[in-house]
Amino acid sequence: MTDTTIPTVPAVELSGLRVAFGKTQVVDGVDLRLERGQALALIGESGSGKSVTLRAILRLYAPGRSRIEGTIFAAGRDVLALDKRALSEFRGGDVSMIFQEPLLAFDPVYTVGNQITESIRRHETISARDARARALALFERVRIPSPERRLDNYPHEMSGGMRQRAMIALALACRPQVLLADEPTTALDATVQIQVLLLLRELQRDLGLSIIIVTHDLGAAVEVADRIAVMYAGKIVETGTARQVVRDPHHPYTIGLLRSRAEGAMDKGSRLQTIPGSPPDLANRPPGCPFAPRCFLVADRCRKEMPPAAAIAPGHVIACWRGEEASAAYRAGPTPVAVEMA
Amino acid sequence: MTMPITAASVALDGNLADAPDAPEAFVPSRGFWGHVGHRLVRDPVAMAAGAIILIVVGIAILSPWITPMDPYRGSMLRRLKPVGDATYWLGSDELGRDMISRLMVGARLSLFMGVTPVLIAFGIGSSIGILAGYVGGWTNTILMRTIDVFFAFPSVLLAIALSGALGAGIFNSIVSLTCVFTPQIARVAESVTTGIRKRDYIDAAKLSGASGLTIMRVQVLGNVIGPIFVYSTSLISVSMILASGLSFLGLGVRPPEPEWGLMLNTLRTAIYVNPMVAALPGLAIFVVSISFNLFSDGLRNAMEIRQ
Amino acid sequence: MSVIPHGPDPFAMDRGGPAQPLLSISGLVKHFPVRKGTGPKRVVRAVDGVDFDVMKGETLGIVGESGCGKSTTAKLIMGLIERDTGGMLYDGQAIGERAMPWRSYRRQAQMVFQDSYASLNPRMTVEQSIAFGPKVNGVPGRQAVERARALLARVGLEPKRFAGRYPHEISGGQRQRVNIARALALEPRLVLLDEAVSALDKSVEAQVLNLLLDLKAEFGLTYIFISHDLNVVRYISDRVMVMYLGRVAEIGPSDSVLAAPGHPYTQALLSSMPSLDPDNRTQEALLAGDPPNPIDPPSGCRFHPRCALAEGICAGREPPLAPIMPLHRVACLARQPGSGHSAAPAEVLAA
Repeated sequence: MTDTTIPTVPAVELSGLRVAFGKTQVVDGVDLRLERGQALALIGESGSGKSVTLRAILRLYAPGRSRIEGTIFAAGRDVLALDKRALSEFRGGDVSMIFQEPLLAFDPVYTVGNQITESIRRHETISARDARARALALFERVRIPSPERRLDNYPHEMSGGMRQRAMIALALACRPQVLLADEPTTALDATVQIQVLLLLRELQRDLGLSIIIVTHDLGAAVEVADRIAVMYAGKIVETGTARQVVRDPHHPYTIGLLRSRAEGAMDKGSRLQTIPGSPPDLANRPPGCPFAPRCFLVADRCRKEMPPAAAIAPGHVIACWRGEEASAAYRAGPTPVAVEMA
Repeated sequence: MTMPITAASVALDGNLADAPDAPEAFVPSRGFWGHVGHRLVRDPVAMAAGAIILIVVGIAILSPWITPMDPYRGSMLRRLKPVGDATYWLGSDELGRDMISRLMVGARLSLFMGVTPVLIAFGIGSSIGILAGYVGGWTNTILMRTIDVFFAFPSVLLAIALSGALGAGIFNSIVSLTCVFTPQIARVAESVTTGIRKRDYIDAAKLSGASGLTIMRVQVLGNVIGPIFVYSTSLISVSMILASGLSFLGLGVRPPEPEWGLMLNTLRTAIYVNPMVAALPGLAIFVVSISFNLFSDGLRNAMEIRQ
Repeated sequence: MSVIPHGPDPFAMDRGGPAQPLLSISGLVKHFPVRKGTGPKRVVRAVDGVDFDVMKGETLGIVGESGCGKSTTAKLIMGLIERDTGGMLYDGQAIGERAMPWRSYRRQAQMVFQDSYASLNPRMTVEQSIAFGPKVNGVPGRQAVERARALLARVGLEPKRFAGRYPHEISGGQRQRVNIARALALEPRLVLLDEAVSALDKSVEAQVLNLLLDLKAEFGLTYIFISHDLNVVRYISDRVMVMYLGRVAEIGPSDSVLAAPGHPYTQALLSSMPSLDPDNRTQEALLAGDPPNPIDPPSGCRFHPRCALAEGICAGREPPLAPIMPLHRVACLARQPGSGHSAAPAEVLAA
């Protein structure tokens, strides 16, 4: 895809990112590149480090409690080198974020419109009237019905889906280049979730926004993302276009995730394929591949050496010694992952 | 009816693939209080505060045997010696009695007056509050609105008014302080219990057919008593200060009994002559009450278990 | 894989035979008063006239958006809140009356909650939580503990390692296994699972779903499975009930309801599930806006303001739940012959 074009400055580039809280190495060497105008989904289960990776891009963790190593470039800035003032300018101005729970993003005692205009005026010199006009345009942009009236609502007066839209409007207030979304639809009903996902896609297309969405739901990821990165125990185990990851998975963990979905079951009521065991203790990482203890293809080498990230096709990267075997097993048919008697 | 589920009849076959854990070293559970203790020990502030409390309690208990001098025998010749005096290390009071000895013996009454009302109020207040919180409805409304009446008065004023009405003396002070603290503890107990009552595990216990009393005893009590206890320990400092205040006003302990509040009162006149000595009982009250507060803060933090 | 049936024949306790519904709900109503302001008294019509049966040995899935009344229905069925009106029969006997007092009904019907942490007492070990039910029902202490340990083993948690643990010391999936064991400790016939797997990670969810299927076969259980995830409901349920604003919109065999939905609302729900196909992403959301508020539901068919098929008649007439196929009933005028809706099928002579 981007291989033949002239290399451009990516919207976000993480290299060798490591984040630790005390002895717990939550993110353990993440390399990730998000091209401008692209949407990337970071998927993984709870404790995989996906949210921490996202938050590290905005340096949301206090330096005393966390240790960040590696480099983070976002919107052309070296994030770890920013001083306090530049950082607050950077947050919201260049890169902004939306969360799972919009009530946490808003102050309950001010109207939503006030908070958006306030945020615009903090970053730019602009009259109150112009700021309000822009807030109104934003509300129209995120398709809030009767936007004029809704600007004067307090956060609690809005329904869940509308609050989520209002939060997106707030995030877009200062025209950021990159939008980070942390489980933006997890708390919503399916009927509302799809609307928000479609909205994100529309914003990416119309505003040329670069988006990273963190989710545990593969389905939501496919709906929004051009590329998908699968995280496990603080490492990215597979990256590729949505098509590559969903249709042609090469990492046993990705295969396990796809196989364990209820809609993937062969017959109703037949047993689902599962990934046995549970994720490793991040404070005492075993050597080698963190997925090895749960992997159906585990070999001696996997327990000793962490496999390096290797491209198996343009844009499709996996970190697995036995990616080809895994892929063959996946393609072979419905029940290659039979580990019933582990 | 026979019980179909017994250990012997359980077939583990076919389910091992789903076994949710890779083998790991068996870690015996510490239990809830084990966790609390473990975390409390790692909190230096709480440990220091606890140590101070222990030392003061130890001194209070042992004071009759370890005081360097007789705390009651004064000497008109040696009045108001300054701190650092060769005989009276911490000086002497307005009647020439040794300050160290009096502070040591005074700890007895001061601690007693701090702890006893809170303990009694803890018993009465938590019973009322847990009952109101668990039963809810009209019982709650009646109990809690009655309790609210007490909140109309500032606690200092209430204590003074009650003590004034009952007359001076240790017993009456304890009664009035208990009346001050009971509503406060009851209110906390009620809100904690109401919170617990809405938890799913209480619903689950109801579904298993347990009676209200069983649920209260087995499921509710263990979860509410901790937070109420922590809140109560934070009241000990207030109680000490209020008791001292009552004594200071002449409504609590009567002279010549040594009690820090009373000592503060009688030394008041000497504040221009020998300010250091006059401030000593106040300092003692301050140190002990802040230690109780810090310790109760530590206890509260240690009891917060996260998922 | 083998599932060895244990214990007594589940049908041995039947009164009405296998054809009689295990649970029969009719005209169930629950309104909550809204305490706000001094205006006219308003109520939340959380459950507003719901009828359905749960057959012996089946899994009935209940789906719908938030506010549709599925959780309130669950609490009503379990007696955690009192119903305003409506009949509830357990194996032909009215629950709460002489023949079937709540106490003996509850021994037969248990529930697993969504929040695995909130539904376990944080001060009790896993084993104590499971043994609590049998103990209050008169099982001697040692036997209750033994049963708890056997159940722990059965749900895949080695008793030696887990019995003495506290809820915060184990993972979400393990806690939900404990909750399942606790629900089974009284040997119920009916287990109500209220979003029991919704909070779990997908791979853990699959493990727990497998476990639920095994337990159902082994103990001859009947499930009511409440969820917002249509894929999971399709996988586990024999029949599905779709609820909308306190009423049943559609009910029928899950193959039929989820493959050929009769109600426009069910269609919209299905179309809002993410596709998992990068080449066929969802292009348009069939439903705009948020689920409506059950305080003032619309007149007539409650779905008509959001419905693509809505006509004038829909605002005026409340559609009855009528069959479009054997066992598959839909509350939509557009599916009912002779309803006056322009899309309604022609009346057939032999129905």
